[in-house]
This record gives sequence, structure tokens and C-alpha cells, in this order.
Amino acid sequence: MAKSQSAALDRKKLMADPVMVTTIVVLITFLTLFILYPLAILLVDSFYGDGGFTLDVFKRVLGMITFRTAITNTLKVGFLVGILSTFIGLLFAYVEVYVKVGRGVGGLFKMVSMLPVVSPPFVLSLSMIMLFGKAGLITRFLLGIYDNSVYGFWGIVIVQTLTFFPVCYMMLKGLLKNIDPSLEEAARDMGAGRFKVFASVTLPLMLPGLGNAFLVTFIESIADFANPMIIGGSYDTLATTIYLQITGAYDKVGAAAMAVVLLSITLLMFAVQKYYLETKTAATLTGKASRGRMLIADKSVTIPLKSMCALAAAFVILMYICVPIGALFPTWGYKFTPLTFKWFNLVFTRYHGFEAFRDSFLLSLVSAPVTALLSMIISYLVVKKRFRAKGFIEAVSMLAMAVPGTVLGVGYIRGYSGGIFHSGFLQGIYGTALILIIVFVVRSLPTGTRSGISALRQIDKSIEESAYDMGADSFRVFMTVTLPLIKDSFLSGLVTAFVRSITAISAIILLVTPQFLLITVQINEFAEKGSYSVACAFATILILITYGSVLLMNLFIKHFGTSKQIKEAA
Amino acid sequence: MDKIKKGVRLEHISKIYQDPKTGKDFYAVKDTSLTIEPGSFVTLLGPSGCGKTTTLRMIAGFESPDEGEVYLGEQPINELTPNKRDTAMVFQSYALLPHYNVFDNVAYGLKLRKLSKEEIHRRVMDILALVELDGMESRMTHQLSGGQQQRVALARALVIEPSVLLFDEPLSNLDAKLRVSMRTEIRRIQQEVGITAIYVTHDQSEAMAISDDIIIMNKGVVAQKGTPQEIYYHPNSEFVADFIGEANFLRGTVTAIEGGYALLNVEGNPVKATAQAGIQTNQEYTLVLRPESASLAEAGGLPCKVALSCFMGSYQNYHVMVGDTLVKLTEHNPKNRRIYQVGETCSLAFRPDDVHILL
Repeated sequence: MAKSQSAALDRKKLMADPVMVTTIVVLITFLTLFILYPLAILLVDSFYGDGGFTLDVFKRVLGMITFRTAITNTLKVGFLVGILSTFIGLLFAYVEVYVKVGRGVGGLFKMVSMLPVVSPPFVLSLSMIMLFGKAGLITRFLLGIYDNSVYGFWGIVIVQTLTFFPVCYMMLKGLLKNIDPSLEEAARDMGAGRFKVFASVTLPLMLPGLGNAFLVTFIESIADFANPMIIGGSYDTLATTIYLQITGAYDKVGAAAMAVVLLSITLLMFAVQKYYLETKTAATLTGKASRGRMLIADKSVTIPLKSMCALAAAFVILMYICVPIGALFPTWGYKFTPLTFKWFNLVFTRYHGFEAFRDSFLLSLVSAPVTALLSMIISYLVVKKRFRAKGFIEAVSMLAMAVPGTVLGVGYIRGYSGGIFHSGFLQGIYGTALILIIVFVVRSLPTGTRSGISALRQIDKSIEESAYDMGADSFRVFMTVTLPLIKDSFLSGLVTAFVRSITAISAIILLVTPQFLLITVQINEFAEKGSYSVACAFATILILITYGSVLLMNLFIKHFGTSKQIKEAA
Repeated sequence: MDKIKKGVRLEHISKIYQDPKTGKDFYAVKDTSLTIEPGSFVTLLGPSGCGKTTTLRMIAGFESPDEGEVYLGEQPINELTPNKRDTAMVFQSYALLPHYNVFDNVAYGLKLRKLSKEEIHRRVMDILALVELDGMESRMTHQLSGGQQQRVALARALVIEPSVLLFDEPLSNLDAKLRVSMRTEIRRIQQEVGITAIYVTHDQSEAMAISDDIIIMNKGVVAQKGTPQEIYYHPNSEFVADFIGEANFLRGTVTAIEGGYALLNVEGNPVKATAQAGIQTNQEYTLVLRPESASLAEAGGLPCKVALSCFMGSYQNYHVMVGDTLVKLTEHNPKNRRIYQVGETCSLAFRPDDVHILL
């Protein structure tokens, strides 16, 4: 059987739609140039030398004890963070879905799940140092311990766990909600106790989902740059080692090889997560819960679970509060009163705070709409259209999810500092605002695309077909039907992209040139120097900006978003 | 509508799909040729998976055929995208644009055609009057009942004055009563406008009530095409006979043909049936007998034994055994008739032109 005619016809129909064709071509070019190519150049760099294929670079890099240690360090941290985050995430998710809680507690959960979105990556590291470090508020002034060190393995683990567990919580919450309560009721009915039900029904059903959550945080932990940078001390992970290899040892080729190693690890895990665990999760938990669940009100269960959650939540909140308060103390660790705004003053008068906020703000402001629109277009093409390059577009935009920022940063340095394939072509964009914006876009694209895809999947295909049938071309269909129906997803994508961009550091720190002052880079610098008060002042303003944007978004969605009835109708 | 009416012609159309489970290719539609006359109302009828919706979507342009050509009037349209085809579809889920009100939904296609504001307003209002939705133009679609949404979908398709109107199971989301009144409505409007309509359904009574012609599809091929009467009384296969209405099948061998009638031997008993061209003696054939065409009598027909006798109000429902063959029949208005009880032996009677011989 030959499907050649329909393929040819589909192609002809596609070609009759110039806007579509242009969009696809532009997209493919963009993805190839700014995601595939930077990764490819890393491979070229590390395998090609002295006119031929060589393993020398790898031999040299793997010969470094520091690098080998960094690999084991990274894996150790990632493993533990994955387990701890999954566990705490499960605890929160279980309490929310299964246990009767008051309204205030519900709000607390929402806040905890919001925190990682609005907080810059190193906020927790900063507060960890200020609370538990040598001059820590708790260790020194409350407990009288003078030589506590938070730098190193445990510092990273604690901070990363607190940073990433909300991701697990959100993932697992969705899964638990999809478990049909009648399964557990049936087990209860047959005589199983509450714990037995959890162990023999709920947990096995959740297992692939737990594995999924574990791997996602594992990858996040491995890719994390900011926290190990600030709180790692001499405990180097892959991301920081690569950064130091470039900024300290000026060994760009070595860094490229290291980046290849880091990328291989994350890609491997991503592949397992995406193609094995995700399908398995979907297979075990397909059903929608048919009706409400009988919530557990038994005090012997609720009190211990709730107190554990409360403890964790209180700790997280304490850590976040510490940052703005830390910025108000005259001298951290020595003089706590009277509270003062002098650090905020200094940020703007001496430390170019205004320029930093302006640059970060403007660059993010430009990249956010580009990202949001691009991710909606990609989702539209992936979900609603059929064409041959679709698989490529989908795969590459998902691939970006598995690429650590540091790897991408090294890829851009190698790929663009000397032009494409060191030929000088496109060299002009290196060191400009354009490449920073592109990095912002590429870094936020996967999140936006994922949310766009899930939003679009919920819209009946025939709604767009009907518009198409009545004479609209693809562009019109997208503008008049698709976009209005996924307005919410678009708006939240807009803000998420903005927040992600303004708080980004891992890739950007490798590419930023002195002419641009970015807030995150400033915070990192001051934290490195030990000027925690200034770092805190910067971070506080940044949190206010991001929090403000999220509030604005929610307000916006409420007033201009797609109404509930329309969503249900779609 | 002062437009020239156009028909639709399919020439050796095939569509191949891949089975998502096995990964094997199969024909969803196979080598199908059809001619649909201008201005006629034709139904594609068949069980799910028979290829009827795929055929419709190929006419609309959402799917591309793997073999063959689709013609609209005399124009081949394989290469045209749906938005360039002079067809309009009414979808199963209505597919109204949820962020527009009724007026804007209906006006959508006209706006794309860049008509003047006044023209758009006039045409939308005219068409809303035709589907009896006047006064509803500023409602949002989710404020409408299912039947009203269906009317908006119909109005939206009609207003752009397409050559062909396509219906993809448009009534299957409505409740039974509304379905009956809406199908009459659709038929009325189609005749008023005089448009060519192709209608996909799996509901045989809908197909019978609404169509000039019915095309029965099975496993990707056309099983039979004809008027509702032709299909009901002269099915060409057991599949068609069984799919349209209820059918009993008897096996019999032709012993003689005389005077336009065939004499058959069914389970050792003589049966007389209208003979059509091509029937030969000493051949075994399947006979189709509709439940309402037969009745029970004391004697004079095929001897049978009652296996079920059930009062249904307007009719009495019987299952009788003719030899090893189960025959179902319905006797209408049973009040003044003799009711046969389970276990009684009696006789199954029918007229020679009430049995149809399958070739």
C-alpha cells in the first residue's frame, strides 16, 4: 500500500499556505541555530583536533582529579536531592489530596508551590548562609555555635531540596488526583487498614510517577548552577567546574568536553524519564477520579502528617523571609539594630542598581513575548498540524528541556564567539543584547511549549477545523480561534518567561559582557565576595519584581482571560 | 441562492491509515467511486469504522486521498485546502467558536470573504431567521441549548452559500426527541435552499427519514447505494439487510421459476417469492423477510413453533422456529387477533412479494 499520493497532496496543501511554510522554515532555522548547533559544536570541539578525530581532550579532562570528583559530587547530590524532594513533595501532595485540611493550610500549600516560580535561584543559598553559616542568625546567635559550616555537600542538598520539592509536589498532586477513589475504597472494604491501602494500592499506582518526579529533580539538581556556586564552597559540581574551567582556567575546549559529559548524563536521564516513566505513568493512571474522595479526618493520621508539612513549610518561609530582613540589618552578624535602608540606597547609588534592573528588566521584557508567542506557535504546529518536520520541531524543543544552562552557555561561547563553525559568520551577535535575548528565549521555551501543548490538547480539534472549513487560512485560524482560546496559557507563558529570564543565571553568566549589568549576575558577585547584605537587597527587589509580575498576571487573567464557560465549551 | 448547483464525484478513492496498535497499514476507504447528484440529499450510512466519516473528510479536504480524485462539479479538488473548497461542514460537536456570540459565529465566514458590513448583517439575519434563531444573535454559544447550537452550526455553514453542505453525524449529541425534530428541520432547510447535502450517520432511521439516496458503507467499501425504499426492500447483501431495519434470513433452494415467481424449498416446505433477473433453478439462495411482513396463522404457510410471545402494546412480538432457523416477527394492533403462546405450533405466512431473494 502506498501512501505517496496523500503525502504529496498534504505537501501541496501545505505549500499553498505561505504563512505556514514561512513559519515552519523560520522555526526550524531558529531551533537548529540556537539549540542544535551549539550542542553540535561542543561535540565537534571535543572530538576534533589537530586535523582529525581525537579523544585527547576527553583523556585530558578525565585525567583531572577535580573533574572526576565533580562528576561523583554531582551524582551524589542529585541522587539525594531527588529522593528527598520526591519524599517531601509526596508528603505535601498526599496531605493536600487525601487529608482534610483547613482553608489556611490550603493557602499555605499554594504559596509553597508558588515560591519556586517567583524566587531567584540563589535566594535559598543566601538565607542558608545567613541563618546557619559561621555568623548565622540561628547557629551563632541562637545556639552559640561559632564554627558551623554550611558550605559543601549538605548545604547544597538542603538548599536544592527546598528549591525543587515544590516541582515534585505539583507533579504528584496531579497524579494523586487521578487515582480513582473507588480502588482504595475497594481495598478498605476488603479489610485493609489505612496504611495497608497506602502501601498496597496508592503507592504501587504512584510508583512510576514517583520515579518520574525523582528523575526530574535529579536532572534539575545536576543542571543547577547558582546554588552550588554560592553555597558549594570547595565542593564543586559539574556546572560550577565547567564555569570555572572557562572563567578561571580559560580552557574553553576542556570546558566543551566537560559540557558534553554533563549533557550526556542529563540526556540519558531525560530519555528514561520521557520515554519510559512518563508513558508508564500515563498507563497506570489514565482514569479521571470519578467522584470526590472521602478525606481522612482521623486525628492519629492527620496530626503527624500536617505537622510534618507545617514544619517544612515554616522552614521554607523562614528562609525566604530571611532575605528581605537580612537586607535591612546594618551589618549582618554584628549589628542588627536599628533596621536601615542603607543597603538599598547603596544598591542604587554605588552598585549601579538602576542600570542592573534596567538591563535585566528590558532584556526580559523583550524576550518574554517572543518566548510566549514562539511556544504557542510550536504547540499549535505540534498538536494541530501534520507535516514532515513536525517530529523535528517537537523533539528539539523538548531537547532544550534536558540541556543544562551551563552547557548551553558553553555551546554559545564556542559556537558564536568565532562565528558559525568558527567561520566568522554571525559572529556579530556575540556579546550583544541579541544573544542574551536568544538565550532567555531558548531557556524558557520548553516550559511554555509544554503548557501550550497541554492547553491545546483540551480544545476540540473540530473547532479549528470549522474555521478552516469556512475559509480561514492557518494564520487566521491561529489568530482568531487558537490564540483567543489559549489566552490564559499564553498570558501565563508570558509571565513565566519573564520571570525565568529575569532570574536566569546559569547560561547567561557565561555570555554576559561588561556592558550589560544583570541583577542575577550582580547578586552572584556580591554573594561571592561575602557582601550578603547587598546581595540580599538586590534579591529582595528582584523578588518584589517577580512577585509583582505574577500578581499582575493573575489579575490580568481574571479580567481578560478566557472565561470559564468558554473553556468548558471548548 | 442563485448559484449553479454542483454535485460531488469520487473516482476510485482510497485512504490508508496506520493501525496505532499494530503499526500495520489498512484501507479505511478502498477504491470507492460515487456520484452525488446536484441538489440531492445523500446519506453515508454504516457502522463505526466503515469509512463514512473519512470519506466526508476527504470531500471537505481535511484528509487527502491516497488513490483517486475528488470532483466538485467538474472540477478536481484534490489539491485544494479546506478553506479553498466550496464546501461547508456541520460538525458532530457543533464546533462553534466559543469566544464569539451567535452573530459573530455566523458572520465569521462572511468576514473572511470581505463583504460589506451591511451585506454581512443582512445575510446573517436572513439565515438566522431561516433556522428560527432570530433574536438570539447576541447570545454566547454556551448559553444555547444543544438544538440551538446545532442550528447555529447549520446557519454558519449555510450562510457562506457553499456548493455542498457536509454533515458529520450532526445530531448524535442530541436527545432522541430533539433528534427527530432537528432532522425534519435539516431536510426542510436543505430543500428550501436546494443545496447538495452529504450526511454521515450511523442511525438508520435518521438516514431513511432524511435522504434522497442512501449509501451504505462497510469496511471501507460501498455496500449499496439506492433510495431508502430500494435499500429496505431490495438489499443486495445480508449485511445491508441486517443493517437497515430488522431482517430474518431463510435459506432455500429454487425448484422452479414460473410467471415471475420462484418456487423454493425452505426446510422441506414450499415457498413462493418474487423472482428477479438472474435467479437460477437448483441454486441455494438466502431469503430476506422483514418482521412486519409476516404473520402467524393456523395453517397455510411455513410450519413453525413459537419460542417467544411478548405483548409490546402497539404490537405483539414473536420469535418462532422454522426448523432450526429463528424468525422474529411483529404483529401490529394485536388487540383483536389470536395470540399464540410459547410452545404452540402454527404457520408462518407472508406474501410472495414480501420475501426478497439475495443474489
